[in-house]
Amino acid sequence: MSEYNPVVTAISPDTVSERRWPKSLTEVPYWVFQDEDVYKAEQERIFHGPMWNYLCLEAELAAPGDFCATFIGEQPVLVTRDHDGQIYAFENRCAHRGSLIAMENYGHAKDFTCVYHAWTYNLQGDLTGVAFEDGINGKGGMSPDFCKAAHSPRRLRLANVHGLIFGSLNNDVPEIEEYLGQEILDRIERVLGGRKPVVLGRFTQNLPNNWKLYMENVKDSYHASILHLFFTTFGLNKLNQKGGIIVSENGGHHVSWSAINREAEAKAAGHYKDQKIRSESDYQLEDPSLVDSFSEVGDDITLQILSVSPGFVLQQIQNSIAVRQVLPTGVESTNLNWTYLGFEDDTEEQQLVRMKQSNLVGPAGYVSMEDGAIGGFVQRGIAGASGEFATVQMGGDQAVSSESRVTEASIRGFWKVYREAMGFDIEESK
Amino acid sequence: MMDVFNLISRAQGSYVRSIDDGPIEDWAEHFTDDAFYKVTTADNHRRGLPAGVIWANNKAMLKDRVSALKEANIYEPHSYRHLLGQPAILEESDGGATSETSFLVIRVTGNGPTDVFASGRYLDEYVVEDGQALIKKRIVVCDSSRIDTLLVLPL
Repeated sequence: MSEYNPVVTAISPDTVSERRWPKSLTEVPYWVFQDEDVYKAEQERIFHGPMWNYLCLEAELAAPGDFCATFIGEQPVLVTRDHDGQIYAFENRCAHRGSLIAMENYGHAKDFTCVYHAWTYNLQGDLTGVAFEDGINGKGGMSPDFCKAAHSPRRLRLANVHGLIFGSLNNDVPEIEEYLGQEILDRIERVLGGRKPVVLGRFTQNLPNNWKLYMENVKDSYHASILHLFFTTFGLNKLNQKGGIIVSENGGHHVSWSAINREAEAKAAGHYKDQKIRSESDYQLEDPSLVDSFSEVGDDITLQILSVSPGFVLQQIQNSIAVRQVLPTGVESTNLNWTYLGFEDDTEEQQLVRMKQSNLVGPAGYVSMEDGAIGGFVQRGIAGASGEFATVQMGGDQAVSSESRVTEASIRGFWKVYREAMGFDIEESK
Repeated sequence: MMDVFNLISRAQGSYVRSIDDGPIEDWAEHFTDDAFYKVTTADNHRRGLPAGVIWANNKAMLKDRVSALKEANIYEPHSYRHLLGQPAILEESDGGATSETSFLVIRVTGNGPTDVFASGRYLDEYVVEDGQALIKKRIVVCDSSRIDTLLVLPL
């Protein structure tokens, strides 16, 4: 027998688990955005772990045969609607030699045939056909005990939350209601409940940074009025805003919201007029109709940013409604998939408002374009500082809801869930 | 009087110069007051999806784009170089023409390298006023669905 011992180059889970993470939620080590072994472990423990990942909208699978090819982390996934009306999802990887089963992002199919050797799958992901299974003239072919049923791609667990389809590759994931908690469910229902969304457009923004820097940014209500100067520059800041931050019980999900006080605003506008002050700003929009909005769901909430760990965002910025899917593509690169939404019962005027307000968001968005660059500035800034820590102390050291948005509570919540899922060794004291 | 091909070529040369070399304020002056301008992707365009990453239905909104990028938005300094194909004139009338033109946009960010940023085609409606071709409608159809980092300077 040979004494040969292969060198294990694959990541050993232990090297990641042995990494020490500060006990306080206010410190985030920079290596978490930089290290290849952490990135690989995330694929396994976060994206293949007991988490729910956003896949697509139910509205994108309107008819039987409609499909969407998407991802959970780096894992390609196929989501379909079969003729029984049900939605199915399975790994987009042929059971034979691993080729993609479907390549188009969104399409319509009777079934799926892998282009490599024509193995065929039905809309539920069952392997139904193997080319030349019985060989030719009694020669070749698969062994008689080959069982197609045992060679179907792995199926996902699925959940439908007001038309948002979430999937999980892990059977231990809790029920979605428990995972999200009532407050998050209520805020999803507020925007999507009982409504039929219509896709207005899809755009992908390539971010030059680790995916977690984008999630931190989404959960960071502190930066909004500082980095994004569009509203302040043009004197469009609403007065008397009330709002707050909701952090889910486990910390992983959040809502940041603000509302206008219509009565107080009218009074303040009169006051400004009396004083012959228009606004503090020197600049005005030539077409201020950009920000003419209607009450989205009959309440006064004009902004609601909601995130679900690990990588989902539902956004209402005035009447700009969008979902964002955050997909890591490397240690320092991320795909941010935007889907802009309207609703079936929108009037023509309402659709026009949504079109105009699409300028606020996305890769060219007046209030979101900076988020495409800031993660890259951090990624470049922390090069050479893998032993250092970011500090997130704004609003204390807890990951709890608050009335003030000058807090980093939901960032702390993200890391709370993340460090537990990754199994890092938590340092008792420094 | 120049024929419409020459008028459009002339307008497009001036258009890309305003973006690439400035002044950027001149960019909006290539449009009519009621112009429509949208930046979208080939995939959205093929599927008939109406939204744009930039969407404007008048010249004032284009001027607002310019003042926002000068006064409000924060980004790393960068510049474009547009390379345009010859315009294909699809339809011609007394008052104007429809045309299609392919483009390639190279971007240099900070002191970084020369990167291909976007390729695609302009789907245009031009009107001729006082011997000058003005854009009444421009749909910028990017070939790729992906935009790297952000889009602040127009295409």
